[in-house]
Amino acid sequence: MNAVTLYLLSGVGIVLVCLYGLFVHGHLVRKILALNILGSGVFMLLTALARRSGGPDPDPVPHAMVLTGIVVAVSATAFALALARRVHEQTDRPYLPEDDPEDA
Amino acid sequence: MISPDWMVGPPFLPLVAATLAFLLRGRAVVWVCLATAVLTPVAVGGVVLLTLRDGPVGYAFGGWDAPLGIELYADGLSAFMLVMTAVVGLAVSVYAAAYYAAPKRAQDGRSFWLLWMFLWGALNALFLSADIFNLYVALELLGLSAAALITLAGTLSSVTAGMRYLLVSLLGSLAYLLAVALLFGAFGALDIQTLEERISPGPAAWTAVALMVTGLALKTGLFPLHFWLPPAYAGSPIPVTALLSGLTAKASFYLVVRLWFGPFSDILAPVAGQLLGLLGAVGIVWGSVLALRQRRLKPLLAYSSVSQIGYLFLLFSLATTAGWGFDAWSGGIYQALSHACAKAAMFMAVGTIIGSIGHDDIERMDGIGQHLPLTIGTLGVGGVTLMGLPPSGGFTAKWLLLTAAVESGQWWLAVVILAGGLLAAGYLFRFLGPALLNMPAGKISRSTPGVMELTAFGLALVSLSLGLTSGPLLELLRVGAPFPASVIAGAP
Repeated sequence: MNAVTLYLLSGVGIVLVCLYGLFVHGHLVRKILALNILGSGVFMLLTALARRSGGPDPDPVPHAMVLTGIVVAVSATAFALALARRVHEQTDRPYLPEDDPEDA
Repeated sequence: MISPDWMVGPPFLPLVAATLAFLLRGRAVVWVCLATAVLTPVAVGGVVLLTLRDGPVGYAFGGWDAPLGIELYADGLSAFMLVMTAVVGLAVSVYAAAYYAAPKRAQDGRSFWLLWMFLWGALNALFLSADIFNLYVALELLGLSAAALITLAGTLSSVTAGMRYLLVSLLGSLAYLLAVALLFGAFGALDIQTLEERISPGPAAWTAVALMVTGLALKTGLFPLHFWLPPAYAGSPIPVTALLSGLTAKASFYLVVRLWFGPFSDILAPVAGQLLGLLGAVGIVWGSVLALRQRRLKPLLAYSSVSQIGYLFLLFSLATTAGWGFDAWSGGIYQALSHACAKAAMFMAVGTIIGSIGHDDIERMDGIGQHLPLTIGTLGVGGVTLMGLPPSGGFTAKWLLLTAAVESGQWWLAVVILAGGLLAAGYLFRFLGPALLNMPAGKISRSTPGVMELTAFGLALVSLSLGLTSGPLLELLRVGAPFPASVIAGAP
């Protein structure tokens, strides 16, 4: 197994772990973190793919995609955290109503 | 006179307006955005004429070709979706100008305009993008501005609905992005046309299809992934609900259609389309049954949207390369346009009702038809499209789907299409009956600006007349349609 395959498999692994975290945890910060790291898993996959084309230089297109993706992920995470704070301010609970363990 | 440069207008005019809205204050924001709401449809008109004259056109932005440049692409389907967005967008803008003129909402007004312009720009960029990564960016911009719009009212229900929508939307777009990575890794292409040439069946392609379609179906609200939709629609301010039901749901549906009949067309077995059609059919019935059980008008119309979204997905089951394929395909897309106009108009009418009697409780709507004839008329006229009665656009759409269902021998889909119409009649008459026939219970204290009532009614009339003007619109859809020439020509 070479390095590229290792990175590819790790990327897929991160995505799967984050999916599990997203569905299992009700806490909003955990959900937002799961989505954020899920994005990083996809970025890792893309970065690894840039090397797979062979040749001495990596393919720049996936790198451009990852850079754009990071910008999107930063703004999405910031907005999600701000919203989570609003939910917490209004309910005193960091959960969506249907996920709140105390309500169930 | 019309050159491909016109294609820059639809995505960029709203984005420029959104940026200006950041810098301006007060009434200037409204005027800039209203001017954009008029200019954008003009640019869309240019793109329509362009595609009708030249067929499908591409445009390399700033002279940079793929893979580094951002390429725009317009065919009949893109132009059709741009027209839908322009019509609904203009109506909602006029309505919102009056809605946010009320002093108690003035605070939210500026945020609304800013976010709505971003949303409009994202929608138009989505309809004109030619490569799957730009589509991802447009999709994210769309999801973020929509989530922010949902939370605009700041109440508990709207903040939780926005939070839920944001999580769903991010998950959907990350699934999509993962598929982009897989497709790029396996076939080394991002633009849709090259991808279509290179794609071959295999685990990478199939996983990508599953991820993309699931992610986008989640964003559209296809049964059983619609759980976020009713609270989001019900918790949003009225102009936002009109935009969500009319436009954002259709954008992710458009993307499924674009990919399904483009790059994915050669690698999918018919059973995949039948599965989506089945989910659509279950959605039609399930959404209608839940709509029948609602006590308030806004959630009722939200569940009705779950049902009407189901109709859209029937086309995947019906649109094959056989003789009826183009009928089914154009029927499903026509349903998107008809439903966008009708449902946006109906939600705007609900806004007038809430503004006048202070609630949308169906039990307490006796006789409001006497006070608000135009608004109840809007709900009735929009309802004609939901039921699929002539001469509405809903009739044309459902007729095309019905014909394809019968011709392809999928009788059970024909039964669902007709049953959906009957159920729609059921939930519509639950409030139309008492509102028109019963005696008024009390005086109406407040009133809403006439322009809001008129805009909603005008948009409802558009949805009604779509059945009569289907000729030129279907002609537009034929430009670059993904079917053999014989199938396209065979359509009525």
